[in-house]
Amino acid sequence: MSETTTAPVTTPVVVPGKTWVGDSIPRKEDKRLVQGQGVFFDDVRRHGMGYVHFVRSPYAHAAITRIDVSKAAALEGVYGTLIGEEVAALTDPFFELSVPPGAHIKDYALAVGKVRFQGEPVAAVVATTRELARDAADLVEVDYEPLTAIVDGEQALTEDAAILHEEAGSNVVWEGQFDWGDFDSALAEADKVIKIERLHFHRFSSTPLECSGCVVEYDKGTAQWTIVCNHQMPGVGAIWMGPALRCGIDKLRFVTQDIGGGFGNKICLHPYYVACCLLARKLNRPVQWTEWRSDQHMANAHGNERTFLDVVVPVKADGTMLGFSVKAIDDCGAFPRYEPLGAIIWAQVTPGCYRWENIKVDFTQVVTNKSPVSPNRGYSRMQHLWLTERIVDIVASELDLDPVEVRKKNYIRTEEMPYTTPNGCVYDSGDYARCLDQALSLVDYSGVEARRAEAESRGKLLGLGIGSTLDSGTNNFGQSQLINPDLQFSGNNEVATVKLDIFGELVVTLGTVPQGQGHETTTAQLVADLLGVTPDDVYVRPGHDSFWNSHAGFSGTYASQFAVTGLGAVKGATEMLASQIKRLAAVILGAGDPEAIELAEGHARLRDNPEVALPFMACGAIINANNAGLPAELDDVTLNCRYVFRPHFDVPDKEKKYGNLTLTYATQIHACVVEIDRETGVVEIVDYAAVDDCGNRIHPQIVEGQVHGATAQALGAALHEAFVYDEDGNLLTPNFYDYHVPHALDMPPLKTGYIESASPFTSLGTKGMGEGGGAGIHAVCAAIQNALRPVGKPVVSGSWNPYHRVWELMRDPEESRKLVSVTDL
Amino acid sequence: MPGPVTSQVVALEINGEQVELEVPTRRLLVHFIRDDLGLTGTHVGCDTGNCGACTIHVNGEPVKSCMMLAVQAHGSKIATVEGLAPDGELTTLQRAFNEHHALQCGYCTPGMLMSAAALLERNPSPSEEEVRVAIQGNICRCTGYVNIVEAIKEAAR
Repeated sequence: MSETTTAPVTTPVVVPGKTWVGDSIPRKEDKRLVQGQGVFFDDVRRHGMGYVHFVRSPYAHAAITRIDVSKAAALEGVYGTLIGEEVAALTDPFFELSVPPGAHIKDYALAVGKVRFQGEPVAAVVATTRELARDAADLVEVDYEPLTAIVDGEQALTEDAAILHEEAGSNVVWEGQFDWGDFDSALAEADKVIKIERLHFHRFSSTPLECSGCVVEYDKGTAQWTIVCNHQMPGVGAIWMGPALRCGIDKLRFVTQDIGGGFGNKICLHPYYVACCLLARKLNRPVQWTEWRSDQHMANAHGNERTFLDVVVPVKADGTMLGFSVKAIDDCGAFPRYEPLGAIIWAQVTPGCYRWENIKVDFTQVVTNKSPVSPNRGYSRMQHLWLTERIVDIVASELDLDPVEVRKKNYIRTEEMPYTTPNGCVYDSGDYARCLDQALSLVDYSGVEARRAEAESRGKLLGLGIGSTLDSGTNNFGQSQLINPDLQFSGNNEVATVKLDIFGELVVTLGTVPQGQGHETTTAQLVADLLGVTPDDVYVRPGHDSFWNSHAGFSGTYASQFAVTGLGAVKGATEMLASQIKRLAAVILGAGDPEAIELAEGHARLRDNPEVALPFMACGAIINANNAGLPAELDDVTLNCRYVFRPHFDVPDKEKKYGNLTLTYATQIHACVVEIDRETGVVEIVDYAAVDDCGNRIHPQIVEGQVHGATAQALGAALHEAFVYDEDGNLLTPNFYDYHVPHALDMPPLKTGYIESASPFTSLGTKGMGEGGGAGIHAVCAAIQNALRPVGKPVVSGSWNPYHRVWELMRDPEESRKLVSVTDL
Repeated sequence: MPGPVTSQVVALEINGEQVELEVPTRRLLVHFIRDDLGLTGTHVGCDTGNCGACTIHVNGEPVKSCMMLAVQAHGSKIATVEGLAPDGELTTLQRAFNEHHALQCGYCTPGMLMSAAALLERNPSPSEEEVRVAIQGNICRCTGYVNIVEAIKEAAR
């Protein structure tokens, strides 16, 4: 158990036989980043480059009756413009993942005919400078006829609701029923039934500090675009963009180096990139687009908002819960884009951390006149896990049970691992109860009642809350077929290339697209161990370039998987290289059997006689530049090895909606102690612990850093951050004034702990773990509800609880209590 | 009658070098530094003065360079992140950021370093509270500030 917030650092030194995996070595990325030498897309300049500014809709829902760009185009220094009509003629709509009605939605790079959310781009202007492009955009004249705005998911489903996408004929994107186990029998078996009328998970996003953008060049001769950008999933970006632009995937070269945070919010950039591609081609010059902060908040990517209705929980007298049923309405904003994948992704964690066998979910996803969503750290599982945690705490509270004991009674047990959930997912390993004990010990659980009394004497209400989550990583994309059986996606893949070059350089190329996760460092650790060198000897190319040919269809950095897929690919490629080096050395050193060769200290040498050794430099030189006379048995030795890692998945059963949807399940158990001011409702977090179990840790300090960051985002979301719209669809929080993210003074001290339950399903025993922050939201909600018990036992029914909402709960606890009922059977 | 002045010569010292350039009067100092001088270590994260990614030193004081016009910096002495370790030898503060894993994506880091360097300049041994106050104008979305605070405290030791 660790209470430290900074893991110890090991400085690389050459020690024979030393291994590096598991050490917190200083990150390789940092040297350039602390000197301002990182290269982010906005740092890239091209000769004659024009700056793009998008003209955006001030209305949430309106018909476009006229666009006139002539005044803008006439301004000196303006290179050109683009409007929706041109986009509709030059591109095809982006393909939709959904079955009808969502399948009929037409989504283009710019608004065509009408606008459906505030901030939707309707035109673009390119000029010599940023300032001029903005001036020119002001001269674009757009006439609108405003329409009724739909700003709520339930409202979107009403009979007379305005329809956003006429061609779909409905505001529903996708709907489906999930029914696992036998819910009716569970009701019959139960001693009590708890009903919760309505719970609401709000809209927010991780708001990466670097906004989105790109620099796009078009090569007329080869009809190829180069997109220097911060897209975090270019493999899938290209799958959207190629057909829209009517070009092959290879005509879209994606290049990244440093990216200023991603969190999923940089996955759905294809509409903007397509507009920039069209402009680069039309104007025959490089163009660059940098999103403004207010544009990102209004019109890039929010997290999914979800309303849970009619939750029914059958419970035994001893607190054993038998499952639940719920109707979920997911609001994905104006266009589905990555959706409706969120309508199935939650099913990776169907029963949460619990042994619940009977679960019924009626899921409907709708469009509204708000910003489109995209995956956001904890994507879709966070919303669902918040539901499971609310269920546990509300049931415990209503039945006067101890939330700790109820959890332990209902948690899946470590001896049950690997555990198959009611919908066929396989939880690989973990020990939730042990993690909980550790978290409770870190916040001094045994002393909580004394602290409660002491706080009371100061006019404060103290409460403790627990958040339990699973971070499911390494998707089986076959789950997409559960929402649309015609989709041709399944499994997963990632690529790495490892080469030994002429002067002995070890160079690794990744297919991933890191945004701060330290891939250069952890990759170097693993390669160093496999080849007997130090991390300093391994050069890992920063960023991604699709012309390196070291990527595959699902390449990217998303969905908690690098430690499994990325490093799985690195391991595969490095082992191929090691084998080739040994075969070469066996021939050169006359050893005969390659197994007589060992790799150590930068040499291939005889295991039995290390004096007889070939330096790596010689190996690289022989193959690449001095290869005359080599025997034919070495013809396939290139010392440049590409490996595609593919986890073993089956396509899930589409009828039963049953199958394994992800490979690994990291655990996060958080414990939070809050104090609430009775007069104002202000919540202060006075103690906090996060315990993480992601299997074997390659670099503990990086793991802990992810825990800190994810937790901070969760605390921000639980207490401050929300994309709030008025009834006309105006976003009220379009900047960092109104959308308050945690600052250094907002953050409570964080205590961390860990256990390591190695995954039996991955080659390194690792699990992806970057998205586990949702536990913080659950823990804060639980702690607030616990603290407020003495003042009328209000029910926390929303994920967003700023002081004024907490104050409302204290002022009128009965209002919230109406949402909950208990029936004895 | 002559129209309003739309460009003006700005002369200043940046990281020890003299520069003199005619710029549009409305150009923000951060865009002058990034686009005109090519010093791209100073970043833009919010456009509203909230995030601090553009923090530099103007005459020794930490300043958000998106909140100043380039012409306002005329005659001043500016330091950016590139000036911290001009010969590539990392400062104690930069090394502490590396060793304590005080950065993930690295986008806020230049501004964070400049705020921290200014703090340590005026207060060589700050308390944790003083560290947090000094960087409260710098937003980090990756680290939760835990290791940033640790690194600054370590650099002060």
